[in-house]
Amino acid sequence: MTASGRELRGRSLHPGTARATLLLLKEPLSFWGGVNEEGTVIDRHHPQVGASLTGQVLAMPSGRGSSSSTAVLAELVRSGHGPSGIVLAECDTILVIGALVAAEMYGALLPIVELDQHTFADLSDGSMVEMVAQQAPLEATIRLEGA
Amino acid sequence: MAPLGGLELTPYEQAMADGEHGEAVAMCMRIVTGVARASGAERLLEIDSAHADGCLYHGVAGLEFTERLAGLGGRVTVRTTLNVGSLDLLHPGMVHADPILARNGRRLMDAHVAIGCEPTWSCAPYQTGHRPARGTHVAWAESNAIAFVNSVLGARTDRYGDFIDIAAAVTGRVPYAGLHHDEARRATRVLDFSAVSRGLLDLDVAWPAIGAFLGQAAGTQVAALTGLPGDLDDDGTTEDRLKALGATAASAGGVALFHVVGVTPEAPDLASVVVPGAPTVEVTTADLHAARDWLSTARDDRLDAVSLGTPHFSVAEFAALARELEDGTPFSDTVDVFVSTSRGVLDAVRRRGHADLVEAAGARILTDTCTYVTPVLRAGVRTVMTNSGKWAWYAPGNLGIETVLGSLSECVASARAGKVVRDDRLWS
Repeated sequence: MTASGRELRGRSLHPGTARATLLLLKEPLSFWGGVNEEGTVIDRHHPQVGASLTGQVLAMPSGRGSSSSTAVLAELVRSGHGPSGIVLAECDTILVIGALVAAEMYGALLPIVELDQHTFADLSDGSMVEMVAQQAPLEATIRLEGA
Repeated sequence: MAPLGGLELTPYEQAMADGEHGEAVAMCMRIVTGVARASGAERLLEIDSAHADGCLYHGVAGLEFTERLAGLGGRVTVRTTLNVGSLDLLHPGMVHADPILARNGRRLMDAHVAIGCEPTWSCAPYQTGHRPARGTHVAWAESNAIAFVNSVLGARTDRYGDFIDIAAAVTGRVPYAGLHHDEARRATRVLDFSAVSRGLLDLDVAWPAIGAFLGQAAGTQVAALTGLPGDLDDDGTTEDRLKALGATAASAGGVALFHVVGVTPEAPDLASVVVPGAPTVEVTTADLHAARDWLSTARDDRLDAVSLGTPHFSVAEFAALARELEDGTPFSDTVDVFVSTSRGVLDAVRRRGHADLVEAAGARILTDTCTYVTPVLRAGVRTVMTNSGKWAWYAPGNLGIETVLGSLSECVASARAGKVVRDDRLWS
C-alpha cells in the first residue's frame, strides 16, 4: 500500500516549514553524545550510525538521553548541519527547546511535529515529505509525496 | 497527544511576555511559553530556585545565547546555582583544554556569573548549601541533581536542561507540567529488596548497582523501593547512598524521581506513594551482581586510573576516604587517582585536614568540573576504576575507556596495588 499524496495531521510542537527527504530512525537518538558537529550519527549502539541528519526531515518515535541535547541541536542549526524538520510520536521538550533557541538566536524556524503512534507508522524512510507547522500547539500537516 | 488547549498567563506573566520587563525577560518568556505550549500546560508555576547546567561548553550557540542574555541586561530572579563547567578555575593545570575550549569554556562560565548565578560549579549543589524545602517548586537541571532534589529532598522539579533552566531562572516561571503535578509523582511500579543480603546493602557499591537495576527496570517511570535500610538523619551515609543510586538510575534509565519507602520524605509507607495495581518485582542479590557487571566493562586486572566523586564528593565521603587512607600507604605510581568535588566542599575538607591527607596519598583533587565531561585523564589511559555508577555508565562511550565499578575501599586497595582488587564474597 502506498501512502503517497496523503496528508497526515498532527500537533505542532514548534512552528516552521520544510520539504525534504525523510530519515526514519529505527530507534530514538540522543543528540548529545550521539551526533557529531557535522550532523552525522556517531552513537555506536544506534543501528543507523553513520547516517547524516543534515537537511533531512528526521523522524523518530521519541527523544532520548541527555538534556544537553538542547544545546547540541541549537548548535547544529547554527552551523548549518541540522535537520530541516523533526517528526516525533511523543512530545520531547528537549528538542523543542533547541528549536526555540535556534529561532531566537538565528531566526531559523525548525518545524517539529507530533503524530500519534498510528499515524507515525505511515512514514517511510527515504520518501519526500512537506511539513507545515503553525505556532504550537496548533495543527500541523505532513504531506507525503512518495519516494 | 496533549489537547490543543490554550496557555493562560497571569497579567504579570503577560507583561513579561510583552517586553514590559525588558527584552531579556521577553526572550526567556518566549522559551518558557514555547515549552509550555508544546507540553500542553495550561498555566505557568512560580519557582523558588534554579540549578542551571548550561555552563558546560557544547558549542557556539550556547555561548552566544548566554552572552546575548547578559548583553540585554538579563538577571536571574531566583536563587540559581551552577553545575559543572568545562574548566577547573582553581587548578588550571588539571584540564588539558584546547585553545577554543579554554577560551569559550571560560567565557560561558563568566556569562553565567554575569547574569547573577552563583559560581558553585557543582553537580551536587545540594551538598554545597542549596537544599530546597520539601514541597517547593524549583527548576533544576542535571539528571542526578533532579533525581536528588525530587526524591531525597521532596522538592519538585521536572527534567530541565540547557536554556530552559536559565529562562526559568530569569522569569521565575516553569510550565505547570510533569513532576510538578501530584499525580505524576506516584509510583507506577514497586521494587522489593527484602531478599537481598543485608551484608551487601552495607557496602557503598551496592547502591550504584541498585541504581543501575532501577534505571533498567523503570526507564523514565517513578518506582517505589521497599526493603532498603536508611535514615536521612544519620551522618550522611544514607544521603550519599541515595545520591549514588539516583545518579546511576538517571544515567541508566532517565529516572527523575524514586521513593525509598520509610526513608525518603514522600514515602512514609507504600500505600501513600503507589498507584493502585502497580506491579511488584522481587530483586535478588544475583540481580544486583548482574547490575554491577553492566557497569564493569574491563576484562582483566589492568588499572591506569581511579576516578572518585561523580557526583561531586561530599564532606562525608571525604571523611570515609580519609579513614581508608589513615595507615599512610601511598598509591601506586602507575595509577592516577582523581577526586572530583565542589569548591565549597573542598574548603570544608581543607579545614578538617582531609584534603591534605588525600593529596599526600597521591590523589589529585579536581573542582568546578568532572573527569568525564572535559579532558583530564592523560592520553593512554585505558582502564579506570570508579565508585560511581554514573561515571561507569558514560565513560565507555564518552571517553572510549574500560571501567570497573568498585567500593571506595576496593578503589583505594586497587590504587595501592596498581591493579584491580575486588572482594566478591558478598555478591553471591
